[in-house]
Amino acid sequence: MNWITNYVRPRINSIFSRRDTPENLWSKCDNCGNMLFHRELRENLNVCTSCGHHMAITPRERFSALFDGGVFSEIKVPAPLEDPLRFRDQKRYPDRMRAAQKATGEKEAMLVAEGEMGRTPIVAAAQDFSFMGGSMGMYVGNAIIAAAERAVALKRPLILFSAAGGARMQEGILSLMQMPRTTVAVQMLKEAGLPYIVVLTHPTTGGVTASYAMLGDVHIAEPNALICFAGPRVIEQTLGEKLPEGFQRAEYLLDHGMLDRVTPRTELRGELITITRMLMGLNPAVAGDLPPPGDTAEASPPEALNAPPAEKPAK
Amino acid sequence: MTNYLDFEKPLAEIEGKAEELRAMARANEEMDVEAEASALDKKARELLEDLYTKLTPWRKAQVARHPDRPHCRDYIKALFTEYTPLAGDRNFADDHAVLGGLARFGDQPVMVIGHEKGHDTRSRIQHNFGMARPEGYRKAVRLMDLADRFGLPVITLVDTAGAYPGKGAEERGQSEAIARSTEKCLQIGVPLVSVIIGEGGSGGAVAFATADRVAMLEHSIYSVISPEGCASILWKDSEKMREAAEALRLTAQDLEKLGVTDRVIREPLGGAHRDRDATITAVGKTIASMLSELDGRTGKKLVKERRRRYLELGSKGLAA
Repeated sequence: MNWITNYVRPRINSIFSRRDTPENLWSKCDNCGNMLFHRELRENLNVCTSCGHHMAITPRERFSALFDGGVFSEIKVPAPLEDPLRFRDQKRYPDRMRAAQKATGEKEAMLVAEGEMGRTPIVAAAQDFSFMGGSMGMYVGNAIIAAAERAVALKRPLILFSAAGGARMQEGILSLMQMPRTTVAVQMLKEAGLPYIVVLTHPTTGGVTASYAMLGDVHIAEPNALICFAGPRVIEQTLGEKLPEGFQRAEYLLDHGMLDRVTPRTELRGELITITRMLMGLNPAVAGDLPPPGDTAEASPPEALNAPPAEKPAK
Repeated sequence: MTNYLDFEKPLAEIEGKAEELRAMARANEEMDVEAEASALDKKARELLEDLYTKLTPWRKAQVARHPDRPHCRDYIKALFTEYTPLAGDRNFADDHAVLGGLARFGDQPVMVIGHEKGHDTRSRIQHNFGMARPEGYRKAVRLMDLADRFGLPVITLVDTAGAYPGKGAEERGQSEAIARSTEKCLQIGVPLVSVIIGEGGSGGAVAFATADRVAMLEHSIYSVISPEGCASILWKDSEKMREAAEALRLTAQDLEKLGVTDRVIREPLGGAHRDRDATITAVGKTIASMLSELDGRTGKKLVKERRRRYLELGSKGLAA
């Protein structure tokens, strides 16, 4: 009880009391159910601060945390044919597209950008699971090709964050043809001698796993990410039996030799800097407050790599 | 004994009647049924023509899966000589869903690789209904490498519902195996031609059908997902496979318009299974002509053009 509840007129009072717990300040962890303060959750890259569960993160949020000072420039992706098959299920494909664009504020299911990560020049591509399940259609194919071509032109490594339910059925065979198309993109990088690092995030399945997501030089997955070709439900239907706990999860794939590492999102940036710098033959990264550009890098202890990005973007 | 598809039921009745009449005549020599029987034959033929000239996409899917359709081993037996199967992925096992080996096509030594579905219960189980496991794709990679090193053209015959969705297959890296096989298809500096002889099911088909030239039999299909699978996801009702088959544009005719396939090989009236020899001969002719188109090209040029073919795919759409 304070003076407002006692003295302010009831109508105003009701407004104030409603403001006591606005819904958007808190979100609930999908895993442990704990209420998490929004800003804290965002600062922790959508990883639950109490149980460590990795929730979805949009490509834009990811890039803001990945690139130095959150600064990156988007790489333009050639627009594909719109609705090439005139596809219609219960809804028309263009209507589904517009709904997804409205819901996400994004044009399509992949974002491609260039910039610096711990002063390491890179090209990055991230798939957006919130956009029609991150599905791989012609746009995603074009995005990966554009990313590879840009990386080759700039002689930079490509870091790709995968997240998709698979191919986009509404583009029929043309979505399937993104498997060979994106494979050609990976080959461009390999032939140019540039690292191609795949970060597999929850979920990465179907034709995406069976093409560019499994052709990396290094495969890193986020904890507990579902990574598979055929989904667990399909397999359960085929076999008629329950699958073991943790089947097709990141740790399971690590055990079966399909991944190099399973790394929490909060430690990913530091690890990516370390790996790309070694593969590119660069000096160890400088961490903490970065000296102005031009100063040569000095060796620094690896634990400092997870320090927050520098305030100013490097030139 | 002919296997009839559900939409062929009226045909089955007429052909059955003609057969019955002739059987009666054989038992009783005084009966003259020939006039009546040939009338029925004529009627059956008309009906067959009527059914097959306007097959809907779903019916095409059914024909593509017809149990009597010639399969990979039938083509290998008829079109190649000195076929020498090569087995194993050198890692884990030999996958019988994938056949492959050295053979002569005419005089030319080649590598032939394909999915085999099997023709009766025993062989279907043995070949896992044409659904390959990682070992199958890894065997294919090994054979393509071998062909590449010795300058042998590669011929792939695609006929699979898809890669096998099983526990062991997933554990041993089904996705990675498919990805590597597609990658290998895009790397080898020898001619690579592919024929989709039945079902081209999703990633399991792409892993073999990423080629310099792709041909499809008239009633074969090639799709990102089966009509049933698509219906259950997008329509939430697996019985809507007719609509899904329509929407997916999975027929050889639509795929030719989209530039995914270069040639459509005509099938005998009533589908490949009604005249297997004629079908196999037609496929052989197409393979020969596709290979001759690639004759004399250097490995470098082949790889470059193959990659460009896929990079450029998708510039053509379909009008409604």
